[in-house]
Amino acid sequence: MNKSVFFGALTVAGLAAGAAAASTLDDVKARGSLNCGVTTGLAGFAAPNANGEWEGFDVAVCRAVAAAVLGDPNAVEFVPTTGKTRFTALASGEIDFLARNTTWTFSRDVDLKFDFIGVNYYDGQGFMVPKELGVSSAKDLDGATVCIQTGTTTELNLADFFRNNNISYEPVPVETNAEGQQQYLAGACDTYTTDASGLAATRATFENPGEHIILPEIISKEPLGPLVRHGDNDWGDVTRWVLYALIAAEELGVTSANVEEMTTNTTNPEVARLLGTEGTLGEMLGLEADFAKKAIASQGNYGEIFAKNIGEETPIGLARGLNAQWTDGGLMYAPPFR
Amino acid sequence: MTTMSDPQQGSFRLSMLLNDTRYRSYTFQFIALILLIALMAFLGINLVRNLAEAGLNISYGFLNVPAGYDINQSLIDYNSQSSNLRAAMVGIINTLLVAFLACVTATILGVIAGVARLSKNWLVSKLMSVYVEIFRNIPVLIWILMIYTLMTAVLPAPNKFRGDNATSSMLFDAFAFTNRGIYIPAPVWGPGSMIVVATFVLSIIAAIIYRRYAVSLLFRTGKLLPMGWPTAAILLVPAILMFFVMGSPIALDYPELKGFNFRGGLQIGAPLIALWLALSVYTGAFIAENVRAGIQAISKGQTEAASSLGLRPKRVMNLVVLPQALRVIIPPLISQYLNITKNSSLAIAVGYADITATLGGITLNQTGRAIECVLLLMLFYLTISLSISAIMNVYNNSVSLKER
Repeated sequence: MNKSVFFGALTVAGLAAGAAAASTLDDVKARGSLNCGVTTGLAGFAAPNANGEWEGFDVAVCRAVAAAVLGDPNAVEFVPTTGKTRFTALASGEIDFLARNTTWTFSRDVDLKFDFIGVNYYDGQGFMVPKELGVSSAKDLDGATVCIQTGTTTELNLADFFRNNNISYEPVPVETNAEGQQQYLAGACDTYTTDASGLAATRATFENPGEHIILPEIISKEPLGPLVRHGDNDWGDVTRWVLYALIAAEELGVTSANVEEMTTNTTNPEVARLLGTEGTLGEMLGLEADFAKKAIASQGNYGEIFAKNIGEETPIGLARGLNAQWTDGGLMYAPPFR
Repeated sequence: MTTMSDPQQGSFRLSMLLNDTRYRSYTFQFIALILLIALMAFLGINLVRNLAEAGLNISYGFLNVPAGYDINQSLIDYNSQSSNLRAAMVGIINTLLVAFLACVTATILGVIAGVARLSKNWLVSKLMSVYVEIFRNIPVLIWILMIYTLMTAVLPAPNKFRGDNATSSMLFDAFAFTNRGIYIPAPVWGPGSMIVVATFVLSIIAAIIYRRYAVSLLFRTGKLLPMGWPTAAILLVPAILMFFVMGSPIALDYPELKGFNFRGGLQIGAPLIALWLALSVYTGAFIAENVRAGIQAISKGQTEAASSLGLRPKRVMNLVVLPQALRVIIPPLISQYLNITKNSSLAIAVGYADITATLGGITLNQTGRAIECVLLLMLFYLTISLSISAIMNVYNNSVSLKER
């Protein structure tokens, strides 16, 4: 009897292993929900609210994909991942989609076999110092003690920056932003470095934000974007074009408020193709014709998502900056829907 | 009259594997072993196949590429251009350092607390009970975080030492207690310093020989030589004499506030102190209980007999009770040393650069080679634990009851 249980387990495990090879889009449709990897909690980007519902800038991308594929923005299983577990979770198929401030780098794209489907936030690494330190440039930080979130690309940029400028520093590795903030305020490090958006968000929570300055040097490019497994190009296309649909919608003036009206009344052919009243874009992806419309209707366009979660009206208070539409001098640029 | 005959030497039949008690247990053990191997093989093959399907492979090539990150405490040469392997070595050395320090202090603390808990002095014994119960029953991670947070919050930042109206000052102009760690003078080894060090090493050996001689003399003749002051004299006098003979070759480099931080001297970082202290007091509480158990395992008659010979309580403890109690104390002590070594992996909570933080943390994260890194980590901790176990078992055999 023991033996039959054992072989039964073997068979089930073998089947499960085989099933992972099928297309992710089919899997998601069959399962009826999207497994989306997010951070374990970063205000504004991905964190559960008081009701236990996940919300944030990255979460909105997950919900948009679920709305486009399954027609239901709530058909998402959120899987919290840490910096350490995120890539394993995606590679092993535990999650279908990783939307978690992850910097698009060469080795992650090529060596780790992932596909970044685009950039939803352009960031760069900066330094914050107390004003009383009298430092006006990051190059004056010779010998300083630097708080740094460990295991991130910022850690590598930091080492490169100090080496290139021939100055020394002493790292104080911290695990989370909260810990970094506490160490910095206690004076256990002279300066805190992370993505500039993170610095701004962190400083905003200080008692006296005016006593701290963010140094002018931005020492790296940090394009943050969602990613999928390499090799399943159909699934990559689906997620990529949902993200672009959100970006294009802002450029074309489609919002969650007017999407219904635009669907019926628009005279702009690109809007008509985006919303599925003209052409067969949805069909080409293996989705309903109105996939983009569902995504926009449920989450709003890129600008709305930005404003609602991390924009200047929120406690995070980030300016659009590089993340403005290309028509407004930013870098957000969706390829044409045709 | 019956005749004796040898039992029939039946030839071996296959059915005997199941029916004969001589073979049956081996048969089932063999089947279990095969099943275990099959399970491991299945899991291994499954892993490799799934990785291959995802276009990934198991490769340790990443160990030789530059790590790209800096480490705040490194006892060997290291910079951000060193390889990941070198970063792992830095982590291994840091792990061993904190484990060693914590084992030593936890043992000292544990023996004192364990003995003191049995003291007849009500206050001392109750204080020790409180210590043991509080530290034993709160997870070590909390102690690590608490000590670290206390250090960073209570001790002054280096810039408090600066300027005319500095709120903090250095102790004896040599020791600085800051929230980044403790800065102490570091020795500078001049020419001839090695002779002083060699003298000191010889003194240590001489002191050990003296103590052994004193013990054996005591056991042979009952004559008790003084232990304390001769040991100290043997240890210190020749080295100090040699120090002046060679013309003071060892100088001290004092820490000084320069720029953002103290420079010079020896820095003992806050993470190391927090981890070391927390592991020591936490495990010390467990060792105290082991010591108490060991002492209580010795029959009270031994103490009474020793006392009736006129031995003072301290002698009774050192000469009669503790040597016998060691037999009971050492096996659980091995577990405590293993616990210290494994618990040192909690270093990551305070940013101490141990092996879990370098290889299992930053390197894993930067290269994405999770399976490889975790396998290496497992191998490292397994090796260290088995080594500690082996060494301590040798010691255990040397103090175990000699049956003649």
